[in-house]
Amino acid sequence: MIESMIQYMLAGLTSGAIYALVGLGFSIIYNASHVINFAQGEFIVIGGISTVALLAAGVPLPLAIVLATLVTMLVGLALAKFAIQPARDADVVALIIITIGASIFLRGVVQLVFGKDIHSLPAFSGETPLNLMGATLMPQSLWVMGVSSALIVVIAWFFNATLAGKAMLATAYNALAARLMGVNTKWVLLSSFALSALLGAVGGIVVTPITFVSYESGIMLGLKGFSAAVLGGLGNGIGAVAGGLILGIVEALSAGYLSSAYKDAIAFIIILVVLVLRPNGLFGKKGIDRV
Amino acid sequence: MSLLKVTNLTKSFGGVSAIRDLSFSIEAGTIHSIIGPNGAGKTTLFNLITGVYTPSSGAVRFNDREIGGVEPHKLAELGMNRTFQNLQIFHNMSAVENVMVGAHLHLQKGLLQSLLRLPSLARSERQTRDHCWELMDFVGLAQYRHAEANAMSYGALKRLEIARALAAKPKLLLLDEPAAGLNDTETREVDEVIKRIAAQGITVVLVEHDMKMVMGISDHILVLDYGAKLAEGTPAEIRSNPDVIAAYLGTVG
Amino acid sequence: MNAILQRHRGLIILAALIALLPLALRNDYHYDVAINAGLNAIVVVGLNLLIGYAGQISLGHAAFFGLGAYASAILTSTYGWPVLGAMAMGTVIVGILAYVIARPILRLKGHYLAMATLGIGVIISIVLNTEAQVTGGPDGMSAAPFTILGYTFASEQSWYWLVGGSLLLAVWLASNLIDSPIGRALRALHGAEVGARVVGIDTTSYKVLIFVVSAMFASFAGSLFAHHTPTVTPSILGFTKSVEFVVMAVFGGMASTMGSVLGAVIMTLLPNALAAFEDFEPIILGGIMMGTMIFMPKGLVPTIAKKLRRKEAP
Ligand SMILES: Nc1ncnc2c1ncn2[C@@H]1O[C@H](COP(=O)(O)OP(=O)(O)OP(=O)(O)O)[C@@H](O)[C@H]1O
Ligand SMILES: [Mg+2]
Repeated sequence: MIESMIQYMLAGLTSGAIYALVGLGFSIIYNASHVINFAQGEFIVIGGISTVALLAAGVPLPLAIVLATLVTMLVGLALAKFAIQPARDADVVALIIITIGASIFLRGVVQLVFGKDIHSLPAFSGETPLNLMGATLMPQSLWVMGVSSALIVVIAWFFNATLAGKAMLATAYNALAARLMGVNTKWVLLSSFALSALLGAVGGIVVTPITFVSYESGIMLGLKGFSAAVLGGLGNGIGAVAGGLILGIVEALSAGYLSSAYKDAIAFIIILVVLVLRPNGLFGKKGIDRV
Repeated sequence: MSLLKVTNLTKSFGGVSAIRDLSFSIEAGTIHSIIGPNGAGKTTLFNLITGVYTPSSGAVRFNDREIGGVEPHKLAELGMNRTFQNLQIFHNMSAVENVMVGAHLHLQKGLLQSLLRLPSLARSERQTRDHCWELMDFVGLAQYRHAEANAMSYGALKRLEIARALAAKPKLLLLDEPAAGLNDTETREVDEVIKRIAAQGITVVLVEHDMKMVMGISDHILVLDYGAKLAEGTPAEIRSNPDVIAAYLGTVG
Repeated sequence: MNAILQRHRGLIILAALIALLPLALRNDYHYDVAINAGLNAIVVVGLNLLIGYAGQISLGHAAFFGLGAYASAILTSTYGWPVLGAMAMGTVIVGILAYVIARPILRLKGHYLAMATLGIGVIISIVLNTEAQVTGGPDGMSAAPFTILGYTFASEQSWYWLVGGSLLLAVWLASNLIDSPIGRALRALHGAEVGARVVGIDTTSYKVLIFVVSAMFASFAGSLFAHHTPTVTPSILGFTKSVEFVVMAVFGGMASTMGSVLGAVIMTLLPNALAAFEDFEPIILGGIMMGTMIFMPKGLVPTIAKKLRRKEAP
């Protein structure tokens, strides 16, 4: 009884950690530009799949990881530069279409370059399961949770303690004022995409040994990340992380105790209930129309 | 009985009180002006009265009915309407359609009727359009009868909002700086329009920085400073009130 | 008479195009593409009322299309209902469901609304996928043939006229609605929501109303689709399909009914036209979506109309 509970929680935390990373990526970009980047899931795919390809080409794993992350960040930068920046003044619907278009475009490129197969990476520290109070845990899950936590801590430090991070936060709070104070908001936009791409790529790389990766695995991950960010309150980094973990755990518990077919549905029902009760997410601030 | 009665009204945003413990009342059939320096809370007061904001505490009664927290569209049904300092124009529509939106409350609007465009609806639409054109003439926008809203000047849009509010046939009309940004001729026209509105028996509440206009047309003036009442009275009383003079000299001079 | 011509100019042009198009349709495949374009156009004309006119997004409209399709399929083939009865029932059920959903979620704004509608779409799609006893699950199910008063629409030609007529009806209803007090209320709440509320428009109710109406348009098209397609499968109501509908609406032109029709037609033809470049299809599609929004954010028809107007009046 307790064992299965722990088992589900561990599974939930593992996928929750990935949702948290994707959600955090959504939040960072949203803060910098009020854009919801529906191509966020593609960062995960590009990170994971290019590591697979580099490894197959004989590049050692650590170097492959670094290179794949850089490739993904370049894609993120290109996206910001060529698709988002030219459309800065477009309205919400237009921006949603642009980023959905970008995700379809990137998915097409991945499919063209890597084909439609499902790819995998070997687990970083072997496949011998660990035993935790009667539940089993794959070492790779520890990698996922550990790397995600480390990244989240680094991101938190970046925004709270570095000048660049503070400039990005200032832009989120009031872009005009930030610009007047000498913050280069163009740079903020580009960095936010690079940073989100980095989160996505690393998340994608560590999770690929567990979930595998194919050209279309980004769709659901992107939606889950978006859900995590909305659940926590858009633009709220800690909210996104909490939202991601809640989502992962809810899914794992519903799959375990209720129905695995309905696990995604239950996750979305919970999000809807939260939004109806709190229209700006769990930790979002209430907006007011100023006239 | 007063048409509008505000008692101990307070509104705070975070820690800042934009309106504090304000009480006053407005008699039917008068022109009542509210003046005060920038940031005094005039627009916030309008937002509270018209239901755009909910009061932090205190009461607003309209026609002897408590209206704190009542939604704006319900207040419009009760006979309240307003214009905006920072325009709320429907830029995606033509000028006359903007005014026709103001007449919405009084129109037939069944879904089937509209989908099928039954003859009765077509007829009512034509009459509404004619009536709204007349309202545009009334506020001095005759030349804009066929214009698109996004092709009109700021001054014209301010008057378009007045026409839109009149189309709702209000009992109480709140005007937030109708003359801001207008030249002298336009200001005089707006001044005339307000007088004619009042002459029709509509109670007008006016927020305006143009002192000449305020002193000329008001029956009663309320002076706000930092969200609280500084003074109240007839134009003559306000002009000679030492607190008002001090405040205005202090901020302007 | 003149006034009527003026008012319905777009409708008349569309009717003429629909009447003439068969001259260019050479085989059943061509007809099939045209029919699907027409069905998509009906959905998009309705969706555009919500997105283009009222300014509210929905990333879940394929679910209403799918529910309409499944209602017709289940009621006609499992329960033997007559097709019109099933279609009416499906549309009413979808209307009620949309109403129940819309009341709470249309208070949300922007991305939160996008999330909520997306979630609803995903939930509905999972339910239809999972309840295989009723819906046939991933394999799908078929609806009975479309028979009215003893006449069965069997040939692609007969379907072409049926869908063409339905599209004209949808466009006529939508144009009437836009040019009515309700339509003005919708455009007003899009243009300046606070202004609309203060002059007496219950903006939440109107958002709900138009959400319901647009869901019913989708359901109606879905019902027709169910009778035309060999099998109704859950793929017609996923997130991707919802996005396609939004793209059609936005590509052709927001707040333009003719734009919606054009957007639906082009985006339906595109995958067929790109079939030769199969591998490049998503790249081209994604590129078009980004390019349109960057270079003509108002969409095709309004952008071209503006260019033409500028040329006329120098
Ligand atoms: N939605 C809001 N959120 C936070 N503060 C607000 C809000 N609305 C108004 N305020 C604050 O309330 C105070 C009063 O503002 P208000 O706009 O009512 O002044 P006003 O008298 O209309 O000024 P003006 O003459 O410049 O129009 C200001 O300090 C303003 O910043
Ligand atoms: Mg003001």
